Amino acid sequence: MTEYPDETVGGFPTPPRTVTDAEGRTIEIRKAENSIEELVEMYLDFHAEDRAQGIPPTNESDIRQWLSVVTSDEELNVIAYHDRDPVGHVMLVSDEEGGYELAIFVLQEYQAAHIGTELLRTALGGAAEEGVERVWLSVERWNRPAVSLYKKIGFQETGDDHFEKMMKLRLD
Amino acid sequence: MRVLIGIEDSDRGMQALEAAAERAREAGDELTVAVYTVSDESLEETTAAVRDRIKTLDVDVEIIQIEEEPGSKLVEIAEREDFDQVVLSGGQRSPLGKIKLDSVHEFVLLNARTTVKLVR
Repeated sequence: MTEYPDETVGGFPTPPRTVTDAEGRTIEIRKAENSIEELVEMYLDFHAEDRAQGIPPTNESDIRQWLSVVTSDEELNVIAYHDRDPVGHVMLVSDEEGGYELAIFVLQEYQAAHIGTELLRTALGGAAEEGVERVWLSVERWNRPAVSLYKKIGFQETGDDHFEKMMKLRLD
Repeated sequence: MRVLIGIEDSDRGMQALEAAAERAREAGDELTVAVYTVSDESLEETTAAVRDRIKTLDVDVEIIQIEEEPGSKLVEIAEREDFDQVVLSGGQRSPLGKIKLDSVHEFVLLNARTTVKLVR
């Protein structure tokens, strides 16, 4: 894998915070705490077209198994809530090589309302606060809206793509 | 049906092998396993691991080794030896569980003239 960018990106807000989305909904963004059950509910509502590279899994026991791995103690999970229900989730999972892999999922009814952007920025703020320095992600290369969001936030394309585009960011 | 299984030493590679073996026992497929490596593992060790696993599967399998450019070699072998299907494993998973397809998958899917089956 290629190196991370030299320049750092910072100035991200930290959780918890409350934002108003483009539809006027009040969205609370907090770190996850014992959140598997509420996240299972969210992922059961997830639409097939919003899956990416085989996740989230589709049946309840696979979702539960996957969540128990990605939300274990060493990882960082940040959730966007509307009316106390999770509507978006960012996970940062250690790659055991000093970096963290990031993924974000937002329920369809809450997409295109700026929640993803704020959730992502807040999760990166939370990660920086915990001393995370290197973050990477992979994205399907035809998923232009996602790629442009990641770029706007400061991720850089690394060029070592196959099916998915690889992007990396160094946190301040 | 003549089936060519491209396999590297991974749990998922072994899963692909088991899935193909199960079908072969029912349908009478002829299986050939082509062992390759994607990073710096030893091809001999990988082949030995695959051979050990095959012994547990109760099915006749021919084993061949691919030393370089596994994608294009798999396609070439499939064409030259008249295989009906190429089976690949779904590759590795990323730390948070995403399927990682690599250049071997990409080459075979785009260039094979046979059906390609991905076991994931």
